[in-house]
Amino acid sequence: MRTGTVYTETVIHLAAEAFASEVPFQTAIVALDGGGRVTGRILGDRVTIGDRVAEVEVRNGVPFFRKAQTV
Amino acid sequence: MRPVAVVGVGKTPFGAFPDLDIRSLAVQAGERCLANAHLQPSLIESFYLGNFAGPAFVGQNHLAPYVSTALGIQGVPATRVEAACASSGSAFFHAWTEVAAGVYDLVMVVGVEKMTSQPTARVTEILASAGDLTGEIRAGSTFASLFAMIARRHMYVFGTKREHLAAVAVKNHAAGALNPDAHMRKPITLEQALAGKPIADPLNLYDCSLISDGAAAVILAPLERASELTDKPVRVLGIGQASDYVALDQKEDITTFPAVCRAASTAYRMAGVTPEEIEFAELHDCFTIAEIIASEDLGFVKRGCGGPYAMEGHSSLTGGRPINASGGLKSKGHPVGATGVGQIYDLVQQIRGEAGPRQVARHSLGLAENLGGSGATCVVSILGAA
Repeated sequence: MRTGTVYTETVIHLAAEAFASEVPFQTAIVALDGGGRVTGRILGDRVTIGDRVAEVEVRNGVPFFRKAQTV
Repeated sequence: MRPVAVVGVGKTPFGAFPDLDIRSLAVQAGERCLANAHLQPSLIESFYLGNFAGPAFVGQNHLAPYVSTALGIQGVPATRVEAACASSGSAFFHAWTEVAAGVYDLVMVVGVEKMTSQPTARVTEILASAGDLTGEIRAGSTFASLFAMIARRHMYVFGTKREHLAAVAVKNHAAGALNPDAHMRKPITLEQALAGKPIADPLNLYDCSLISDGAAAVILAPLERASELTDKPVRVLGIGQASDYVALDQKEDITTFPAVCRAASTAYRMAGVTPEEIEFAELHDCFTIAEIIASEDLGFVKRGCGGPYAMEGHSSLTGGRPINASGGLKSKGHPVGATGVGQIYDLVQQIRGEAGPRQVARHSLGLAENLGGSGATCVVSILGAA
C-alpha cells in the first residue's frame, strides 16, 4: 500500500448531495512517497499538514488513508 | 490591433428571484445595456453569452441564441462561453478579440446564471462539476473544500490567520451594504465572521460567496467610434486570459494561481501599467482566501502578505487601493456566469463616477480579476477613462 505525507487537508461539513450523509469527513491532498500527489479521504484520527499517512484501501477509485503509526 | 472601449453596461440586481427565469434575467440586463449605449438591438453584430451551468441548473441548452433573439438581436453569430466561474470574463475576452481584430464593431456580452431554483446540496454538486470528477470530486471535495485546502496551505506556509480571512468578509460586507444591487446588504462584525457555521475547515459560512441569480451585460466598440455612442466611454487598456490544471492536486504550489499571474502579466504589459498604478480592483472573492491570494498574484502585495493587507484596511473602501467596492462575490452575490461581466460593470460605474455612496476616491484606472474553478481559468481586465 502507498504511503505519503499530508500536503494539505480539510474537514468537510457541507457536502454535495451524494456525500451529504457522510459529513463531517476529512479529505487531504497527499504527497506520495513514490512521487505525485493524490486527493483522498482520511479514516480514523484527523491529520494535519506534514503528518505521515498510509493507504488502507481504494474504493471506487478513491484512495483512503489512515494516519501512520509512528514507531 | 484596434483600441477597444466599453460603450454600454447594464445589469439586474443579484439575489434570489423566484419569478425570473434565466432568459428573463439575461434579457433584463441586455435591455438595460442597450439603453445605456443608446443602441437598437439590430445594430449588434456579434453576441456572446457567458454561462456556467444553465443546462444543469435549469435544463436549458443552446442559450446564446435563446437569449439574443429574445433581445431582438437577429441572425448574427451568437456564442455561449463556459469557463466555470470565469465564463463571462472569458466571453468578454473573446468579444474584445473580435473588436480589437476588426472583425466586428459592435459586440455584446451578457453573463447570466440562475441558481436559486435548486437546493444547496444540488447547487454544491453542480458547482463541483467544475473540478476533476475522476479524482478530487469523487473523493467528496466541494469547491469550498478545495479553497479550504488552499487556505490551510497558505496559513501553513505564510502564517496567514483565521482573522485575516474574516477581515476580507467584514470589508466586503461593509462595501456591499452600500450597493443597492447587492444580494446581501448586511454589514457583519469580525466576531460574527469568525463564528459562522463551519463549511469546510478553516472556512465557515462567512468565507463563502453567495448562491445568487443575476445577469450583467456590456457592449464593446472600437475606441474611434465610442464618442459617437456615449459621453462616457471607458477604454479596455489591457486584457489577458490564461489557463492551468483543473485538478488542485496537479498544481505544483496551491498558494498561488499561475493563471492569475499569467493573465495579469499579459494585461499589465498591454496596458503599459504596473500593479502599483492600479487605483482600485474587483477581485474574485468566491472564498475569502481567493481575494487574499489574488491580491498577491496581481502584485498588489508581496506573496504571503495578502491577509495582513486586508486586515490593515489598505483594500477597504477608504483605503489606498479599494478592493471589491461593489461588495464582491461575498456580499454582492455570485451568479456564477454573470460574475465576470458584473465585475466589468462595477469598474465602468466607478470610472464614470456613478457608484454613489461606494464611489472610490481615485477611479481612473481599475482592474478586474475573474477566476474559474480552483484557478484553471483566469481573465484579468484593466479598464481606464478613455
